[in-house]
Amino acid sequence: MDGVHDLGGVEGFGPLPIEIDEPAFHHEWEGRVMGMYLLMSFWGTWNTDYGRHVIERLPPSDYLSMTYYEKWLAGLVNKSVETGLITRDEVATGSPASGTEPAVGAPGEGVFRAVFPKGSPTERPVDAPPQFAVGDRVRTDAHGHSGHTRLPGYARGKVGEVVLLHGAHVFPDSNAAMAGEDPHHLYTVKFAARELWGPSADAGHSVTVDVWEPHLVPAT
Amino acid sequence: MGHDHEHHHSHGHGHDHDDPHSLLPSEPALRVKAIESLLVEKGLVDRGAIDEIIEMFSEEIGPQNGAQVVARAWTDPEYRERLLEDATAAILELGFSGMQGEHMVAVENTDDRHNVVVCTLCSCYPWPVLGVPPVWYKSADYRARVVRDPRGVLAEFDVTLDDDVEIQVWDSTSEIRYLVVPQRPAGTDDMSEAELAELVTRDSMIGTGLVASPASAGPGSAAD
Repeated sequence: MDGVHDLGGVEGFGPLPIEIDEPAFHHEWEGRVMGMYLLMSFWGTWNTDYGRHVIERLPPSDYLSMTYYEKWLAGLVNKSVETGLITRDEVATGSPASGTEPAVGAPGEGVFRAVFPKGSPTERPVDAPPQFAVGDRVRTDAHGHSGHTRLPGYARGKVGEVVLLHGAHVFPDSNAAMAGEDPHHLYTVKFAARELWGPSADAGHSVTVDVWEPHLVPAT
Repeated sequence: MGHDHEHHHSHGHGHDHDDPHSLLPSEPALRVKAIESLLVEKGLVDRGAIDEIIEMFSEEIGPQNGAQVVARAWTDPEYRERLLEDATAAILELGFSGMQGEHMVAVENTDDRHNVVVCTLCSCYPWPVLGVPPVWYKSADYRARVVRDPRGVLAEFDVTLDDDVEIQVWDSTSEIRYLVVPQRPAGTDDMSEAELAELVTRDSMIGTGLVASPASAGPGSAAD
């Protein structure tokens, strides 16, 4: 989706909020949001791409004004309601709907610690060989679509060079819609800054973007 | 509170956003408390499990892990080769792996090329080696600017590179996570791997910092 989350190259932003010896969390509630965000995913009603799309769908003004963990909290609440784990009324009242039994099987202490080191790899076997090789010139899609996609606006319709092959990975465009993993080959594509930003860009500057094969065609 | 159908807070014009999260109190700490109580009462989360995650990311999973990887690469040429060839496996050799680090790529800074990592679309970051990202990494300012004006961004970190050094910015748009291997500073030939790891900063592994020589290291150093 062409949302405000797609920030690469947008002009008008200011100095970075750099902080020396920054703590992992500035407030206890931030850590609690992270904890809930990670633990609620154990119910399996969404996936990572769906979760990213939920945050992208926040109102643009909220997206830009909320802090990172505020966005996570908003995303968590919205996707928990969307996927039926909680209801709007329960959010509004702060209490479970009368007559509902508590869920059984929430991950307790030790569960996250046990699964963290395994993670959730996204590489998948596919029959098709990769269409491109390192060194190939490729052109990205000129247009996005209104669902979730990971091809940033600044890298659309641009010509670059394949620099890394990663095998086939879960395709966010499909996965975020809960329409299946639909794995495709994934490449790191290097673009000259002048291709992205015009002739005034530094000749010695390049940007790489990871792009799935459906968003690439051979550059002629 | 009468929510009914009015637009009860400032979501701007033209929207009919009625997101469930907007039903929560406006103060973040209260909002979190409210939702945590609800989720606990519904049996969906366990408070002890939340505490454990906070402890892990506060004390165990952080840039001290990535620093060990870098120090090993500086002192063991064969490890360096393995790291650049298959970073996920090489990082696992040191015991680090997992969520948001399932598919690692290490990119090495040289005299000719400097690497910088960003996630313009959200805030993807290699948790097993660097922990949770700092606020500036997650800021719209960094995400917007670094792909377009990396030298301007680096200047804010007091990093100035020679004009002939190529800058390559890696935008983390997939589940591949990038770790920058900074250059080993001069004057460290006699240092042990553990001492070297102490020199490696978080920012140097994102590419917004350089590793300083020990004689000039650290803010407020008396050495200069």
